[in-house]
Amino acid sequence: MELIAYAAFFLTVAMTYAIICLGLNVQWGQTGLFNVGVAGFVGMGAYVSGALTTPETIDRIGGFDLPIVVGWAVAMAAGAVLSLAVGLLTLRMRADYLAITTFGIAVALQLVFQNAESLTGGAFGMAFIPRPFASMQGEAIVFNLANLGVTCAVVLVLYLLLEHLARSPWGRALRAVREDEVAAQALGKNPVFLRLQAFALGGAIMALAGAVQAHFIGFIAPNNYLPMMTFQVWAMLIVGGSGNNRGAILGAVLVWAIWALSAALISELFPAGQQARAASLQIVIIGVMLCIILLWRPQGILPEIRTVSRHLGRRNKDQ
Amino acid sequence: MSALSVEGLKAGYDPDLAIVKSVSFSVDYGEAVCILGPNGAGKSTMIKAIAGLVPILAGSVHLGKKTVAGLPPHALVRQGLGFVPQTDNIFTRLTILENLQIAAQLLPASDRQSRIDAMLDMFPDLGGRPGELAGALSGGQRQMLAAARALLTEPEVLVLDEPSAGLSPKLVGQVFETLRQISDAGVTLVLVEQNVRAALALTGRALVLVDGQLAHDGSTDDLHDNKLLGELFLGHRAKGAPV
Amino acid sequence: MNPQAFIDGLIAGSTIGLGAIGLTLAYSILRFANFTHGDFLAWGAYLTLTVSGLLGGLAAGLGAPVHPFSFGWGLPLALLGGAALTILLALGLDRILFGRLRARGADVIIIVMASFGASMALRSLLEFIFTAKPVYFTNALQIAKPLGLGMRATPDQLLVIGMTAVLVLGLHLLVTRTATGRAMRAVSENPALAGVYGIDVAQIVRITWVIGAGLACIAGVMAGLLVQIRPYMGFDLLLPLFAAAILGGIGSIPGAMLGGLIIGLAEAFTVQIIGAEWRAAVSFIILVLVLMLRPQGLFGRKEA
Repeated sequence: MELIAYAAFFLTVAMTYAIICLGLNVQWGQTGLFNVGVAGFVGMGAYVSGALTTPETIDRIGGFDLPIVVGWAVAMAAGAVLSLAVGLLTLRMRADYLAITTFGIAVALQLVFQNAESLTGGAFGMAFIPRPFASMQGEAIVFNLANLGVTCAVVLVLYLLLEHLARSPWGRALRAVREDEVAAQALGKNPVFLRLQAFALGGAIMALAGAVQAHFIGFIAPNNYLPMMTFQVWAMLIVGGSGNNRGAILGAVLVWAIWALSAALISELFPAGQQARAASLQIVIIGVMLCIILLWRPQGILPEIRTVSRHLGRRNKDQ
Repeated sequence: MSALSVEGLKAGYDPDLAIVKSVSFSVDYGEAVCILGPNGAGKSTMIKAIAGLVPILAGSVHLGKKTVAGLPPHALVRQGLGFVPQTDNIFTRLTILENLQIAAQLLPASDRQSRIDAMLDMFPDLGGRPGELAGALSGGQRQMLAAARALLTEPEVLVLDEPSAGLSPKLVGQVFETLRQISDAGVTLVLVEQNVRAALALTGRALVLVDGQLAHDGSTDDLHDNKLLGELFLGHRAKGAPV
Repeated sequence: MNPQAFIDGLIAGSTIGLGAIGLTLAYSILRFANFTHGDFLAWGAYLTLTVSGLLGGLAAGLGAPVHPFSFGWGLPLALLGGAALTILLALGLDRILFGRLRARGADVIIIVMASFGASMALRSLLEFIFTAKPVYFTNALQIAKPLGLGMRATPDQLLVIGMTAVLVLGLHLLVTRTATGRAMRAVSENPALAGVYGIDVAQIVRITWVIGAGLACIAGVMAGLLVQIRPYMGFDLLLPLFAAAILGGIGSIPGAMLGGLIIGLAEAFTVQIIGAEWRAAVSFIILVLVLMLRPQGLFGRKEA
């Protein structure tokens, strides 16, 4: 019975990561943009939603007591706005400038989360974020299953929406821009505008993931949104299959499973005093795995049906 | 032994799509040969494959006795091949002198300055201001620098990809005059050209490439007959000939 | 305003500048933003520390501080060893990862992604081997000497500034006056043409890694000497490094150094006026300003 409660909890966390991956997939898989600041967008969504929904607190804004759904909606808007700002700044430039700038955004946001106490609670974070099904907290299984249900529902809705978008004229235009920008321009498509839209959509989804996570756990702190998270999400997307929504979800579950398993292994194999140190091995494993996948099977486990592999090298076509 | 010989060459960027399908020819020492053909025939690709810039999928290339297919471009230079690309053929951010110094680096230290001086003498336009950035040169002057750089190491075979492309008629004349001097000095010359008239006037032999294969390999006199050229380039057919 | 911030800024700026030079060279010749560069700094410091420990075990006298500095002859010797090892690390990484991706014709962004993954692995490996606890090259304390105008600096700090100046000058001469430097500039403009000119491009790539990793090691040792050594030291410098390289103009050595100094000074004054917690924001703001106002940087070319 305990196992079911744990499994539900595990899957719920994996699903929130799946949401982030779906958002990242819009930016990377559909549009070819390398966002190295994912954690910042996720954190932005979490804090915005938290600020709007937590009860009154001294020293920090709060007390709006808005419904959870509103928190999530505004979080998405905030993610979109942030993405638009970043995009306007860098989308005309070479791809690695976008990477460096988004990296900087995450660092800067991390500083804000850490230091702007009146907005974010500083190092103490934000507590008492309302959780859906709060009344069921007493019964672990029901509570966890209910949360899993909600999270899965969000993932499903997003998946269907994104698949629909991918097949729509907008999705086709985006793919055209990605494959051959000059030709797309000749056909009247505005590449920068399309990329901006895709980037904003991806950012909004990442912010939503942050909000969902925040309301699931009930408490957030600046340390939740470190480059580590960006790294985990990228590993998930690349391993699962970039350019591919199913791959995004699969990657999230798989890499999260590897993460949890390696954590369990480490706690078994290493004595208590060495735990923190051994935890860094988890990251080494994921990092090496990411590099190996990029070298040997860059299309990931579930390859995209249409080519994203143009990025991955002439001599590396999908089979 | 020929200066350059190519056997069964198959080349292209994509292993599944050979642009040069199967080409064989050889060039004797001191010969001047031009490579003609319609757009998309694969002339540039073939030349670049010989120069080590495009993957060779099958076949062989020899410089004199040495097998050179598959060598990287810088090794080919050391084997005596000089290649002048069509565009982006000089370093605009380096000075004229520096462009030449890079080539001179391949020579023994004692020869370097004299060869640089020789090139600056041969191309007075360059000799006047060696410290200037190569990017400040005009189109024709850039071609001069590109040729000077390639000649500096006294290559056995000099290969040029459309040296007259984009130049005004007067400059085309100057370029071909320079090429004539080079050929007269005994350098083996292989020239890809779109300017058929100038190419035929300079060279004694023409290879015509169509769709990745050689459609003609013979003296340029044969090609002065426009009918043959028409067939090869424009697909004209003699009346009654099979399609 | 306390003029001490000026010295603090110069010192921090020297480290950032040296690291940024390596980064900008790699960027202009290898054409990708290398996220592992920060970790070369950290690995350089740790490898030097390890070699220093080994040397100290062999000859105890090497650890004794040489007046007026806080360290003994062991450290410069260990630095040579550490630099050699860091260079091997960089070359090895290129051989097994970046070089393979390049050979395959992978898009730049994939190589950047791989560098991001490798950087996390390298950093965490350091943490695993050495733990997250900060360590130091020397326990000897140093007295800061007055320089006039209300500024003070320790002999170690002055040495760092001096060494940096010498290194930058040397590098500038290498790049502008030697055949290798010409070849590097050629490869940075057009690698294919460089081959046609007779330049062994693979060799130049190796030389670039050697110079970059070597400088990173020196920068890491400097930072470790003046502050402390910890696994995240390189990563925390990554944003300032990128900002300095972009501010200076990609490919420009004087630009990277100047960019580093500007950022170092800006950080020092920010810490003094606003507070140390916001230090990292300085690089970010400078980066955004450069990208908005003059993306090619101070000495870069317009096509950026």
